[in-house]
Amino acid sequence: MFLIKILVRNAFRHKLRTFLTILGITVAILAFGLLRTFIQAWYGGVEASSATRLITRSSISLIFPLPLSYREKIRQIDDVRIVSWGTWFGGIYIDEKNFFANFAVDAKSYLDLYPEYLLSAEERKDFLRDRKAAVVGRKLAKRFGWKLGDLITLRGTIFPGNYEFVLRGIYRGRDETVDETQFFFHWDYLNESLKRIAPSLADQTGWYMIGITRPDRATEVARKIDQAFRNSIAETLTETEKAFQLSFLSMSETILTAIELVSFVVIVIIVAVVANTMSMAYRERIGEYAVFKTLGYRGWQIGGMILGESITLTSIGCGFGIALTYPIASIAARALSQYFPVFRVPHEAISMDIVASLVVGLLAALVPIYRAVTIRIADGLRRIG
Amino acid sequence: MTVPLFYTLRNLWTRKWTTGLTAAGMGLVVFVFSAMLMMAEGLRKTLVDTGSPDQVVVIRRSAGTEVQSGIDRYQASIVETQPEVAIAEDGDPLLSKEAVVIVSLPKRGSRKEAYITVRGIGTKSLALRRQVRLIAGQLPKPGSSEILASQSVAKRCEGGGLGETLHFGLRSWRVVGIFDAGNTSFSSEIWADVDQLMQTFRRNAYSSILFRLRDPTQFERLKLRIESDPRLTLEAKRETRYYADQSELMAKFLRILGFSLTIIFSLGAIIGAMITMYGAVATRTSEIATLRALGFQRRTILLAFIVESLLLGATGGVVGLFFASFLRFLTVSTMNFQTFSELTFQLTLNVDTIVKAMAFAWIMGFAGGVFPALRASRMNIVQALRAT
Repeated sequence: MFLIKILVRNAFRHKLRTFLTILGITVAILAFGLLRTFIQAWYGGVEASSATRLITRSSISLIFPLPLSYREKIRQIDDVRIVSWGTWFGGIYIDEKNFFANFAVDAKSYLDLYPEYLLSAEERKDFLRDRKAAVVGRKLAKRFGWKLGDLITLRGTIFPGNYEFVLRGIYRGRDETVDETQFFFHWDYLNESLKRIAPSLADQTGWYMIGITRPDRATEVARKIDQAFRNSIAETLTETEKAFQLSFLSMSETILTAIELVSFVVIVIIVAVVANTMSMAYRERIGEYAVFKTLGYRGWQIGGMILGESITLTSIGCGFGIALTYPIASIAARALSQYFPVFRVPHEAISMDIVASLVVGLLAALVPIYRAVTIRIADGLRRIG
Repeated sequence: MTVPLFYTLRNLWTRKWTTGLTAAGMGLVVFVFSAMLMMAEGLRKTLVDTGSPDQVVVIRRSAGTEVQSGIDRYQASIVETQPEVAIAEDGDPLLSKEAVVIVSLPKRGSRKEAYITVRGIGTKSLALRRQVRLIAGQLPKPGSSEILASQSVAKRCEGGGLGETLHFGLRSWRVVGIFDAGNTSFSSEIWADVDQLMQTFRRNAYSSILFRLRDPTQFERLKLRIESDPRLTLEAKRETRYYADQSELMAKFLRILGFSLTIIFSLGAIIGAMITMYGAVATRTSEIATLRALGFQRRTILLAFIVESLLLGATGGVVGLFFASFLRFLTVSTMNFQTFSELTFQLTLNVDTIVKAMAFAWIMGFAGGVFPALRASRMNIVQALRAT
């Protein structure tokens, strides 16, 4: 108890300096936590992916469509439970800046394959019955104030023309990792319009989504699918949903790496700040340390006191930082909901915060400890501030 | 009478450890700040260099990008015969009808894939791009499956080097030339014969039409005519405008990210500077009182401490900029979500960035030093002299 009292008393001897140091640590921990959350949000889609789903796309690249006739061939392959398909529609709602993901999907199989999108039985029935129907996520509906029965018009960018939809369902995610900002509608609706206005684009789909019976069969099924279409006009590339999402992300890898690096830079900055505080404290107290040594305290005990003080400072700052991370992340989540459907503080970020604060405390105390341990009593007593 | 600068310098030097740590903290912030500016500048430069203001890009209305656009041959021939199109030396219009596809190619030495834009070019394509130079090999023969690869593709993609063969669209394409496109967005493209490419990918429509104007001032009239022609479903943009629009999202993202990071980080550095300067004032209480007793005025003391803090900031700024200057050799390649293809740019350091970064370092130094300096200048002489 006595030791802790000394540590806290020492830490708060210089109120202003301590306050500033703690403020600095709080800001740094907050920044670190938010950057980690940001990186996590980027990987949001990966976390939500299922191990029993495969994605088949054109091997040339994602923008090339696959013929609809592949559906039956894929269905024949062993262990394939369900086949759905979809196309990136890329429609614009009123203005470019109202961006959200919108797909044309084969409605029934899609809902069966993605049980994480929760719709009431009533909404599901309405959606499946009406070819012009669309379903949107809860967050997206909230963003534009859409209610069931509303008419929504999207302007096509890839497919020419304006498309009108009736909102028939608003889905909720099964858990927090599910993206609630999507807009999907009947692929048949798009296809029938294309048959009329651009027949060359009809009866094609962007990708297939395949549900398999057991996750351990994934590689085998993927290989069989790709084999079935080898040497055809549209060769395929099949991978698990997770690999598909990751391949998307790997293309923006440089930026993510940069953000990750920067999140460590903020820790280095704060090491410099705390080390500065500790070295100042040490310089002021050289005389005291000499007195401690005269009284018979050993070098490691004095070192322990310095380390304890440093860690006390960083822990307090870390506590404030973590406490602030949650409210600020929820504000950020609201502001960024357009870009990141899922933005919440991951548990790892908090544990990393704690580890970082301990490491900062340790690093900052290293040099003062070394000096305090090695200084000779006479030198310490002689030296003046 | 002012406090000699020498006194300030010696003070910083005496407390090397503290000065060093504070300057290092600020240096890191300046480093991040200038890295962000360099990135934004690199992106901007790439885009400015890519387009020419006297050239026009025509794409399908509301397609936004070449990749999403489609122009059938009938519409293309209408555009081709517009009177504003410049005429080349051989008497043909200086115009190129191009098709763009995106293919994924394996990177050298890894199993990762890069999305590369393959551009189908006509005979005038090279003449319309002043920034592109052939640096090795020769131009492909029209109508053959010979292709040109950009330097970055040759370096990074498996089979992209001179004399090597690339496979996409169920065909093999021989690389017969390497081009250098400098800092433009063409620098991560492959160029192939347009008719061969359209045939390979079973397309019947071009992606875009690029041409030079006879007279750059005629753009508005031409735009109006093209966009109001009932036979055409196209829109015309100046080339510079077109490329700026393409990476608007990316530029905005970099700007917001850079701005918020710098603000947060600079808070940390300002606090560091404040601690140092408060410490400097506290340890020199009797010194300051002596100076005051000698007749130095409050204002002078205030100035001396602010100068000290500014020097601290400047040191951090120079250190940060020194390390940031090495980032010039860094090339960033990332996915442009608007065009769905790779966007490559080099970080660029220019005078503007240097000025901004130094100004930023000084602002941090000032913000950190102003309160401690005020405290120093407000000291009561008698009490301060008595303090040890």
